[in-house]
Amino acid sequence: MTQPTTDKAAAPARAANLPDVYRRLSTDALREALRKMHLIRRFEESAEESYMRGLIHGTMHLSIGQEASAVGICAPLTDADYITSTHRGHGHCIGKGAEVKKMLAEFFGKEDGYCRGRGGSMHIADVGKGNLGANGIVGGGIPIAVGAALSVKKQGKDSVVVSFFGDGANNEGAFHEALNMASIWKLPVIFVCENNGYGMSTSTKRSTAVPNIADRASAYAMPGVIVDGNNFGAVAAASFEACDRARRGEGPTLIESKTYRIRGHSRSDRNRYRTKEEIEAWQARDPIGIFEKELTELGLITPDEIEKIRAEVEVEIAEGLEFAKASPLPSPSDVTRYVYTN
Amino acid sequence: MDANVRELSYAQAIQEAMAIAMEADERVFLMGEDIGIYGGAFQVTGDLVHRFGEDRVMDTPISELGGAGVAIGAAVTGMRPIFEFQFSDFATLAMEQIVNQAAKMRYMLGGNVSVPLVMRFPAGSGTGAAAQHSQSLEAWLAHVPGLKVLQPSTPHDAKGMLLAAVADPDPVMIFEHKLLYKMKGPVPEGHYTVPIGKSETRRHGRDLTIVATSIMVHKSLDAAAQLAEEGIDVEVIDLRSLRPMDTPAIIESVKKTSRLLCVYEGVKTLGIGAEISAAIVESEAFDYLDAPVMRLGGAESPLPYNPELEKAAVPQVPDIVAAARKLVCKEA
Ligand SMILES: Cc1ncc(C[n+]2csc(CCOP(=O)(O)OP(=O)(O)O)c2C)c(N)n1
Ligand SMILES: [Mg+2]
Repeated sequence: MTQPTTDKAAAPARAANLPDVYRRLSTDALREALRKMHLIRRFEESAEESYMRGLIHGTMHLSIGQEASAVGICAPLTDADYITSTHRGHGHCIGKGAEVKKMLAEFFGKEDGYCRGRGGSMHIADVGKGNLGANGIVGGGIPIAVGAALSVKKQGKDSVVVSFFGDGANNEGAFHEALNMASIWKLPVIFVCENNGYGMSTSTKRSTAVPNIADRASAYAMPGVIVDGNNFGAVAAASFEACDRARRGEGPTLIESKTYRIRGHSRSDRNRYRTKEEIEAWQARDPIGIFEKELTELGLITPDEIEKIRAEVEVEIAEGLEFAKASPLPSPSDVTRYVYTN
Repeated sequence: MDANVRELSYAQAIQEAMAIAMEADERVFLMGEDIGIYGGAFQVTGDLVHRFGEDRVMDTPISELGGAGVAIGAAVTGMRPIFEFQFSDFATLAMEQIVNQAAKMRYMLGGNVSVPLVMRFPAGSGTGAAAQHSQSLEAWLAHVPGLKVLQPSTPHDAKGMLLAAVADPDPVMIFEHKLLYKMKGPVPEGHYTVPIGKSETRRHGRDLTIVATSIMVHKSLDAAAQLAEEGIDVEVIDLRSLRPMDTPAIIESVKKTSRLLCVYEGVKTLGIGAEISAAIVESEAFDYLDAPVMRLGGAESPLPYNPELEKAAVPQVPDIVAAARKLVCKEA
């Protein structure tokens, strides 16, 4: 059973001892980060609801409880930076700047979706914003991220690449091969393991020989950093440091973001492998609540402003759903379109 | 011979194509195991590292899965990698990245990306390397929409198809028969391309169509020469491209000859021959057939080490001659 780590940032803070990372983000940027966390939460809740109502088919993997991890890692990134994502990739997509209406249209299988209805939740991507896509294959995106970082280096760009993956992926060969190559070639890539305690039903204790995924970093001669994945500031700080290092040409970092998924693995999960108490203990450390408390205590946001953000997010989701419903369906005669470029 | 046409080996022709591609386009680079200072397991990259440096002729660790993924990631972000597998057999370690990622990325993303990737696979038997270093797995990859799969049989085509592949926006897999690497043939200087998806009729004939791939093209031409002495006039089509396949050319030929023999080195069943046969049976050429369609392919076994067993495991010239006689005499 995994235990929430203690919330170090919960100690009363004042503007005078503003955490370092907050100095690198403007108040607007911090509020935008909070907005994105709310947007991810409400996006997933409404996608779940649409699924229950039969508007979305297939399956989906919700990241509720992991929002600080997605948004914190993306905090230092610009549109020129790339990410590769996972089957649990809605948060990464929004964190990297996607529009929820096009994501919802994709989930509805519509032509206005990011992938024109060909990808769905598990392949959601927003190439224009540097999101090279979620992946249906555990660990599949990790070597691709290294390849993108190789491009960046060859092209002499200042960009970095973030590869998100889960704790389960750290036991795939692709993970090990990719970390090794990134290290020998000193590529600007940040490996972000979102350790939510389980790969489907299998706990990291049962699946992984080392106590922390970050311990794997030493085998590939890169820093391995553990952060409280439910604390936006902690995650963002680690991401800034890893991005700085990558942009300085010093090579990759492995960040282990310890977090928890509140929902089941996918739609079929009966939650037989974990206890109600465990889930509740993590729910008590809701990343959105923690971040709101911190911003409020630092005097960076007022309760009214938080309310305003929530209300804006509601409108954005409602409009997104309307957009998705109204969007045209692909024509069955186009089934083989987009297989080849010409 | 034209002034600008030289005799080059198949391996030299490929090397020249890679050099031309790298000269012309900074985005092109090579990746693979021991392709730098070593020159590649079959000396195809040779001394290119001295000319282009280690950044463009990159040795990778022995990591086929990860290496393939790196090439894919580089391709979708603006580079033009040419990835060499040391042996085609090792593609089995990289199937995930080739089949799930490279082939599907464009489609899954609704056409928002292309994957301009070239992969090269030294394939085939005849080197005594036994079961894990001798396979012809091209049909595996040809089964996957999103990939293009080529099998050049001459130095000329090896160069022209590689240059066509580098210019292509989608992932192109090139299977090179190891026994062809030393084969010499006329190769024009400079840049030219051989179109992807077009077969080449190597010999025109009236009595029987042989559709062959890779080294089997040469064995079929040898067989055709023998058969000509017996008055059997064979047409030999070099398929060259498995996906897309030049079905119209095969149909036209069979309408003329009324007989079809498929010759390929991959395992006979559930492979290329079945696809070619089905293409004929499904087409108007079916009505023209005067004999059953026949396939000659690899044995239903792993490739053996013993040289006599190894020969017995893949079609040889006498097998092709015998099959052709059988097909042509049926009618009489
Ligand atoms: C190669 C591969 N094996 C198995 C699966 C099935 N599968 C999908 S997600 C998953 C669990 C992944 O766990 P983790 O990496 O920790 O990510 P999480 O779901 O916890 O976000 C499994 C087993 C898959 N999609 N791909
Ligand atoms: Mg997990």
